[in-house]
Amino acid sequence: MIQEFKKIWKPYLIGLLWLLGLLWPLLGIHPDGTLSFARTFTVWLYIATGISICAVIYLLNKSDALGPVTAPIGNARKALGAFGKTVPTWVWLLALLVVALIYPQVTNRYAQDVAVNVLIYICLGLGLNIVVGLAGMLDLGYIAFYGVGAYSYALLNTHFGISFWATLPIAALLACIAGCIIGYPTLRMRGDYLAIVTLGFGEIVRIILNNWMSVTNGPNGILGVKAPSIFWPSFAEGFSFELLYLKKLHYLYYIALGLAIITIISVRNLNYSRIGRAWESIREDETAAELMGVNTFLLKLLAYAMGALFAGLAGAFFCARMRFVSPESFTFLESAMVLSMVVLGGMGSIPGIMLGAAALIVLPEVFREFETYRMLAFGLAMIVMMLFRPAGLIPAKRVGTRSEEKEG
Amino acid sequence: MDYFIQQFINGITLGGLYALIALGYTMVYGVIQLINFAHGEFFAAGGYVGVIVLSYLTGLGLLETHPVLCLTASFALTMAYCAFLAVGVEKVAYKPLRKQSRLAALLSALGMSIFLSNGLMLTQGVYDKAYPSELFQGMIQVGGITISYLQIMILCMTGVLLVCLNTLVFKTKIGMAMRATAQDKIMSSLVSISSNRIISLTFAIGAGLAAAAGIMVGLYYGSVRYDMGFLPGIKAFAAAVLGGIGNITGAMLGGLIIGMVEVFGAGYISGEYKDVFAFIILIAVLYFKPTGIMGENIDDTRV
Repeated sequence: MIQEFKKIWKPYLIGLLWLLGLLWPLLGIHPDGTLSFARTFTVWLYIATGISICAVIYLLNKSDALGPVTAPIGNARKALGAFGKTVPTWVWLLALLVVALIYPQVTNRYAQDVAVNVLIYICLGLGLNIVVGLAGMLDLGYIAFYGVGAYSYALLNTHFGISFWATLPIAALLACIAGCIIGYPTLRMRGDYLAIVTLGFGEIVRIILNNWMSVTNGPNGILGVKAPSIFWPSFAEGFSFELLYLKKLHYLYYIALGLAIITIISVRNLNYSRIGRAWESIREDETAAELMGVNTFLLKLLAYAMGALFAGLAGAFFCARMRFVSPESFTFLESAMVLSMVVLGGMGSIPGIMLGAAALIVLPEVFREFETYRMLAFGLAMIVMMLFRPAGLIPAKRVGTRSEEKEG
Repeated sequence: MDYFIQQFINGITLGGLYALIALGYTMVYGVIQLINFAHGEFFAAGGYVGVIVLSYLTGLGLLETHPVLCLTASFALTMAYCAFLAVGVEKVAYKPLRKQSRLAALLSALGMSIFLSNGLMLTQGVYDKAYPSELFQGMIQVGGITISYLQIMILCMTGVLLVCLNTLVFKTKIGMAMRATAQDKIMSSLVSISSNRIISLTFAIGAGLAAAAGIMVGLYYGSVRYDMGFLPGIKAFAAAVLGGIGNITGAMLGGLIIGMVEVFGAGYISGEYKDVFAFIILIAVLYFKPTGIMGENIDDTRV
């Protein structure tokens, strides 16, 4: 403990003083020509106390002084893991499915709302996972495809009255085409060039949605989109089918669940197919992959198209659920959010990304009382997470490092 | 024709500002191969500290009596503040991740960007903050062209900063050490260049330039906002990539091109889509020349 403390107290103190120096101009200089110190000092004291507590816990943990507390927890985790291995995987999956199915029956509207959000983001996260996690192309404009999906449903529904189910494949197809259009010119680029170009494309799509008044109604968005409908057998006057609009949230929950399950199964199958392995070989070393006979051009384009497809599906559902769509929902921050789900969860790992999506949606909801500090904490959590667990919550098993990175 | 020249001057003004921000991206990328997403926030912080210092001086009544002195002081203080901020950010969020994958550092940078912009919002409020407007009221009329004193100031300041940076990087020992670190960290540490110190210095210089751009943008548009760092940030990043990321001359050129394209696009084609043109040019250039106009990492121009 003392040894550990000796090592870090100097940078620690300098850091705190540094923080004080950075805080004071923002809080202590007033436009009326006065200077004050009290408020800065109070704020700083709060932050310093918080950081000190975390640092002390971290140090205690590092020097094994917390052994009596952490050892039982570790043992319990090991025991639980051993127990988990004795039960076959399909039992767990079945249990998870059952829980997911009865979830809306036992929870209130608010909890269902959050769950629907989580399911949408699972679709998005898994779609982005194909591009970033499997094919290793950093895509910062992913939310554009989500936007394409959402707007295709909104426009087809409000103008032509096409139903949700008919639009779903159309939205997916349109998003796919958008993916190819965006993917094609970027295929020659690598790494950071790719990142900025996809970011640029994402912004272009958002700006077009925002400004093309005659089609998208600009920043006001499109109102009056119909909810998904199904034919439901009715026995009121003999036997007939009636058109039922699924406006209730728990019906929508089931649709979202269905979409998420389809996404999970397809991404899993893609991952373990020839195509998935080819993507991973492109991620590990593109030149070597091409040498081994992998058609990198087609497969990279396919990765974009596939990623976009799931985003399109999620987008169409998102629009059907909100029954409203506006460019506000497709900002860069959303792309960053989906990307952080993928990276926090563990790139290339399906359970990891599901956990990442759940964590990033549920945690801010839990801390809703601290509304104003929410995004601050979100940013901080991202940094802390990367500092202490950069491979993600549940790291994928088949991941190496890209050969390009090793050189640099 | 007058309109063209007018737009040209506006374009150079804006392009110079983008170039100042783009330099930070490109220098940081040169030494540690990281897209510093928080860089736009350094620019926003610069704008805010600038308005804080300037309004404090206005409150003291000094701005009316010694305007030049006050402006110099606010530039110096703001640039110093952002340099300190950047060094702090680098030590906390990037230094421990240097050995990790680049995506981890990128996400950390993204988190830092969200953290800083929200920090600015919490301490400074959600609403726009207005700059003291009595500075640089006048303008020069030549034929049909108007150039405000403010634009002249911005152009001069940008020029001076760019020349200073070029001298620093290409003519001094420190600059040589920076270029050496950018090329090969292990070799440069063998000739006793402390790469940690050079990296901190690079962050400080980049943030200082961004801070200067922040004040000038604040003066130019009259107000600052907590989220003003985002769009100029990504456009400046586009400029850095356009010129070939890691290349200082390229970043200056890229900034000018992006500024020109934006102003001419807004003037001649459509004002609503002005943000689109910058990206379209970027994509078009990268399609035909995937490593930017000046190319990436050419011999010793990289920092």
